[in-house]
Amino acid sequence: MDTLPIKRELLPELLHQMWLIRYFDEKVDEFFAKGAIHGTTHLCVGQEATAAGACAVLQPKDKITSTHRGHGHCIAKGADVKRMMAELFGRETGYCKGKGGSMHIADLDLGNLGANGIVGGGIPIAVGSALTSKLKNLGYVTICFFGDGAANEGSFHESINLAAIWDLPVIFICENNQYGMSGSTKEMFRVKNISERGLGYGIPGVTIDGNDLFAVMKAVSEATERARVGDGPTLIEAKTYRWKGHSKSDAKKYRTREEEQEWRNRRDPIKRYTEQLIQEGILDEDRAEAVRKQAKEEIEEAVRFAEESPFPPLKSLEEDVFA
Amino acid sequence: MREITYLEAVREALTQAMEADADVFLFGEDIGIYGGAFGVTRGMQEQLGKERVRDTPISESALAGAAAGSALTGMRPVLELQFSDFITIALDQLVNQAAKMRYMFGGKAKVPMVVRTPSGSGTGAAAQHSQSLEAWVAHVPGLKVVQPSTPYDAKGLLKAAIEDDNPVIFYEHKLLYKTKGEVPEEPYSIPLGKAEVKRKGTDVTVIATGIMVPKALQAAEILAKKEIEVEVVDPRTLVPLDEETMIQSVKKTGRACVVYEAVKRGGYGAEIASMIAESEAFDYLDAPIVRLGGKEVPIPYNPQLEKAAVPQEEDIVQAIEQMVAKVI
Repeated sequence: MDTLPIKRELLPELLHQMWLIRYFDEKVDEFFAKGAIHGTTHLCVGQEATAAGACAVLQPKDKITSTHRGHGHCIAKGADVKRMMAELFGRETGYCKGKGGSMHIADLDLGNLGANGIVGGGIPIAVGSALTSKLKNLGYVTICFFGDGAANEGSFHESINLAAIWDLPVIFICENNQYGMSGSTKEMFRVKNISERGLGYGIPGVTIDGNDLFAVMKAVSEATERARVGDGPTLIEAKTYRWKGHSKSDAKKYRTREEEQEWRNRRDPIKRYTEQLIQEGILDEDRAEAVRKQAKEEIEEAVRFAEESPFPPLKSLEEDVFA
Repeated sequence: MREITYLEAVREALTQAMEADADVFLFGEDIGIYGGAFGVTRGMQEQLGKERVRDTPISESALAGAAAGSALTGMRPVLELQFSDFITIALDQLVNQAAKMRYMFGGKAKVPMVVRTPSGSGTGAAAQHSQSLEAWVAHVPGLKVVQPSTPYDAKGLLKAAIEDDNPVIFYEHKLLYKTKGEVPEEPYSIPLGKAEVKRKGTDVTVIATGIMVPKALQAAEILAKKEIEVEVVDPRTLVPLDEETMIQSVKKTGRACVVYEAVKRGGYGAEIASMIAESEAFDYLDAPIVRLGGKEVPIPYNPQLEKAAVPQEEDIVQAIEQMVAKVI
């Protein structure tokens, strides 16, 4: 705790952020069941610490690319949950004017270069963003979030190599939530840790407990420092777990209830962080509870905003294809 | 005016664009000391430095994505894909990412990138290095597609492509690289979406793209001796497409022949033929619209077979003679 990469007084905000992520996705789950949100969505309940911890050490000018399971990353990078919810409700006030939905939320002003519906699709885009930073000497870093499934895509290998040879300021964060749809990492990888692949490209690779927010902050902070002084990329593997299925139609036959309970009951990142904050005397239980309640209220407010927002006019269909 | 080659015109456009705008940079496989597979960027790294004329590993997918990412964040990258066949490896990034970012992000993003790539057959490089796949990218909303046929057009269209705020796929035909033409030294721009009538005529409109433009012009010379006056229209850009110029020409001549190198089935010529058939020009047609495209075969290695796989001057002459004979 003595060597925190961020100011101590900012720590409660991260608890707030993790609750926002959890309640956002639980609310989305609920509205899916009711049929109020259509399409599909991928929830990151249980993975809150990676998004919150990684983005906590970033500066406002820094950028991220995200994945199809990207609500947490967006919130952690500062997105307005009202506009996010409105997007999922397909409303004009949403981040993408109702044209993108869950998998395409972007906010370039906040440095969020977009969630992505293609597994591994965002990895080279992050490299391009890092290349801009280097060519224009802008000093920003780009965090590239992707899942364990994407680590077997060609774009992962090509992009890491490119970033490595050019010493680009990019941090590859693999959120290893143990499953790519139904494919378990035990069956889809021969390496024990995906981070070992960093060695193959001549960059550091570290595996961390992705449910420990402090561990995430520490690893990402070290990686950003490396990146900012021109030492190039780092591959971070954050081991975590998605509590929900892959998407809305997942019966989760590929894993056991015991396994789910283990992660939910004993390895909940929010519970763990709350206990750490209380233990360190940063929050007491009442304040922690107040933080949780506030987040819950904000999500309720986001739903009201979304429900009250207009649908996009049909004339907008052909707008914004070209600049 | 001085004459330079198509290749030199492309290089001049690149150099001038980089001199005018520090955000423009080039990257691609072997474009540095080697000067690119066809020599387009020869000498540019020496002149402009390794940072801005950047050699890359062989990683088309990552390169296309990195182009999109750097464009999204404020650069104007120009990526050279060594052969247009390799666009297949880069398609996810071009089709699923670059083309859609603006729309799916609700109109906030700009993706000002250019992919330059040599296309077409005639070099003996066979099936994986000779394709004309422009219809594939032209099919995707959000991508612009350019096919210059002359050195003058190559220079002016490339400037416009680099200055455009959208992803542009810029096809350079390999057999055109050595062709010469008048090109002004100073920078100039040809707007995307503006066709040009390359030859005026009264009897038949030939709409030709890329390498087929000079072939159509040669065919027109042969036909002129037989008192058939051919008008040759070059759309120059497939997306956006200048429908008006083509419709007006067909209204005047009453006949339309669309000539393109890509495989006839599903090629972009089908789009142009349909566009004419759906337009007011339909009422002026004196003969069915004819499409001349590549045979439905992979491009073969043997020179005679290779030549026979795509339309040649004599094919254009013959097709037009038949079209005219039908009515007269």
